[in-house]
Amino acid sequence: MTDFTANKMIAGVAGMSSERRAMPSGPVGTKPKRLFEPSRVFIYTVLVVAASFYLFPLYVMIITSFKDLEAIRFGSLFVPSNAPTIEPWIKAWDYACTGLNCEGIKVGFWNSIKITVPSVIVSISVASVTGYALANWPYKGANIFFTILLVGSFIPYQVMLYPLVLITAFLNIFSTLWAVIMIHTIFGMPILVLLFRNYFISVPTELFKAARVDGAGFWRIFFQVLMPMSLPIFVVAIILQVTGIWNDFLFGVIFAGTKNFPITVQLNNIVNSAQGVNEYNVDMAATILTGAVPLTIYFISGKLFVRGIAAGAVKG
Amino acid sequence: MAVSSSVEPDVSRVAPKPGRDRPPNPYFRNLSSKFATVPMILTVLVVFVGGSIWTVVFSFTNARSFPTGEFIGWDQYERLFRTKRWAISVRNMAVFGSLTLVFNFVVGFLLAVFIDQKIRFEGVFRTIFLYPFALSFIVTGNVWAWIMNPAFGLQKAMRDLGWESFSFDWITNKDMVVYALVIAAIWQGTGLIMALMLAGLRGIDEEIWKASRVDGIPKWRTYISIVLPMMRPVLITTLVIAASGIVRTYDLVVALTQGGPGLFSEVPAKYVYDFMFGGNLAQGLAASSVMLLTVGVILIPWAIVEFSQRDKNK
Repeated sequence: MTDFTANKMIAGVAGMSSERRAMPSGPVGTKPKRLFEPSRVFIYTVLVVAASFYLFPLYVMIITSFKDLEAIRFGSLFVPSNAPTIEPWIKAWDYACTGLNCEGIKVGFWNSIKITVPSVIVSISVASVTGYALANWPYKGANIFFTILLVGSFIPYQVMLYPLVLITAFLNIFSTLWAVIMIHTIFGMPILVLLFRNYFISVPTELFKAARVDGAGFWRIFFQVLMPMSLPIFVVAIILQVTGIWNDFLFGVIFAGTKNFPITVQLNNIVNSAQGVNEYNVDMAATILTGAVPLTIYFISGKLFVRGIAAGAVKG
Repeated sequence: MAVSSSVEPDVSRVAPKPGRDRPPNPYFRNLSSKFATVPMILTVLVVFVGGSIWTVVFSFTNARSFPTGEFIGWDQYERLFRTKRWAISVRNMAVFGSLTLVFNFVVGFLLAVFIDQKIRFEGVFRTIFLYPFALSFIVTGNVWAWIMNPAFGLQKAMRDLGWESFSFDWITNKDMVVYALVIAAIWQGTGLIMALMLAGLRGIDEEIWKASRVDGIPKWRTYISIVLPMMRPVLITTLVIAASGIVRTYDLVVALTQGGPGLFSEVPAKYVYDFMFGGNLAQGLAASSVMLLTVGVILIPWAIVEFSQRDKNK
C-alpha cells in the first residue's frame, strides 16, 4: 500500500504514471558482481572519492569543535587535537555571546522547538484536510486553486515578504510566535497539500463509498477511516516539515521577533558577533548543534526522508 | 498527479425538507469541503496573487520605511538598473546559478548512474551523498566559511603539509568568491538531484536495457542516447525545482560571505531584503518584482507544457 503510494508520488513528480517507477528502494535484478573487476574498482573508487568530499566538512566540523584555540592556531585542519576538550561545546550551548547577550545557542534551540512543534502541527492539520477535500470531495473550481497553489510555490519568497509583514501586522501578531506559525503554514501548504491529495487519491474508493453508505460525513470519514490508515504519509509530512522549519532562517529573522529567534538566526549571530577573538571551535560546536536535529531525523528516517523530498521536489 | 478525482460525492442524498420543492442551493453543496479548503483559497488569493500584485503596484511608489508615498512611475526601476550593487547581484546570480545548475546536474546524474550499477553498500553511499541536503544553508555556509578560511582553513593546512604555493582564499578574493558559493551549493544540492535522478533511472524499464544489450550497444551509449531522453520529464521537473531554489539563494550568502568582500558576492534576494527592511522599501519591491518577472519567464513555459499535458492525460 505505502510503496504503491510512494511510486505514485514519484511518478507524479516525474510526470509519468507507470507502476514500475519504483523508489530507489534497493537494487533490482541480478546479484552484485565480484568486488575486484577493473570496472568495479573504478566505480568504487569514484564513489569513495565523492563520498569523502561530502564527508570532509562533517569531519572538519567535528574535530574542530573538540580543539582548543591553541590547537586551532597551530594545528592542521585535517588532524584531530591530541588533547580533545569538550569546553567549546559547553560554551556554544550555554554562554556563547551574540552581541551583549551571552546565553549560548540554547536559547535559539528552545525557540526553534517552540516554533517547530506548533508550526508542524498546524501546517499538517490544515494541509491534510485540504488534501482530503481536494481528493475526495472536489467541488467545481477546487482544482483551479490547487493549480495556482502549485505554480505559486515557485514565486520567490521575497515577492510576498512585505505583504505578509503587513498582513501579520494587521492581525496584530507580527514579531510573535503566531506569525512564524502562520508563515510556515502558508509556505508549507503547496507541498503538503500535494502530498496528502496524491495519497488520498490512491486510497481505494470502495472504502470511502462504504463509509458514505454507512452514513459517515466529511469529518467522520477523515478522522475515523482515512486518518488511521494514513500514518505513513503523516510521518513523511512530519519529517519534511520538521527539517524544513528547523532549517528556516529568513522567516525566523523577519517574523519571529528578537525574543523568539530560531536556532539558525542565533547561530548566525554567534558566529558574526565580533567580540574579541574568533572562536572557531565554539562556532563549529554551535553549527553542529544546529544541524543535529535535522541530521538525526535524516539518519533515523532514511527512506521516508527521500520519499518526502521526492514528493516535495515540486516545492524545491 | 492526475487532476481527475476518483470520487464524486453524491450530494443529492440530502433530501429537500418536506414542504419545500426548491432544490438545494448549489452554493451550499459540499459545504464542508469548501470550508476545509478556505485556508488554501486564502493563501492563493491573498498571499500568492494578492501579495504579488501588491508588491508590483507599490514598486512604482517612493515608499521608504512604510508603504505610503506617491506613485512615481518607473523611477525605482531606473535607479535599480543604474545601481552597481544590483548589476553585481545579477551577474553573480547568472554565474552562480548556471554553474551550480550545470555541476549539480552533471555530478548528480553521474552519482546516480554509479549508484545504479548494482553496487554494494548502496544505502551507505546514498546516505552520504544526501545528508548535506538535510542541513540548513546557515550550517552549510558556516562549515565552508571555516574550511575556506585563509588563515586557518584548507589553505593553511596544505601549506603546513609543504605545499607552499597552495592558495585557496576564495571567500576573500573578489574574483573567486562566487565560486566559493558554488562549491558550497554543490555540496548541499547534488544529493537532491542524485535522489531524483536515481528515482528516474530506477523507473526505466528493464526491457530497454535487455534490448540495448542484445543490440550490443555500449552501456555509456545507452545512458546518453536512450535513458537520458527517456528521463526528460524527470529532468525538466528537477531543473525547474533546482532553478527556482537557486533564484531564492539568500541564507547561504549571509552565512558564507555576507555579500563580501565589498559587494562581490551580493545576490538579488539579499538586495531585496536589505533594501526592503533598510528604509528603502519601494526599491526592494522593484527588485523583487524583477525577480518575479525572471521566475515567470522560466516558469510559465514549463507550467503551460506541464499542465496542458496533464489535461491531455486525463
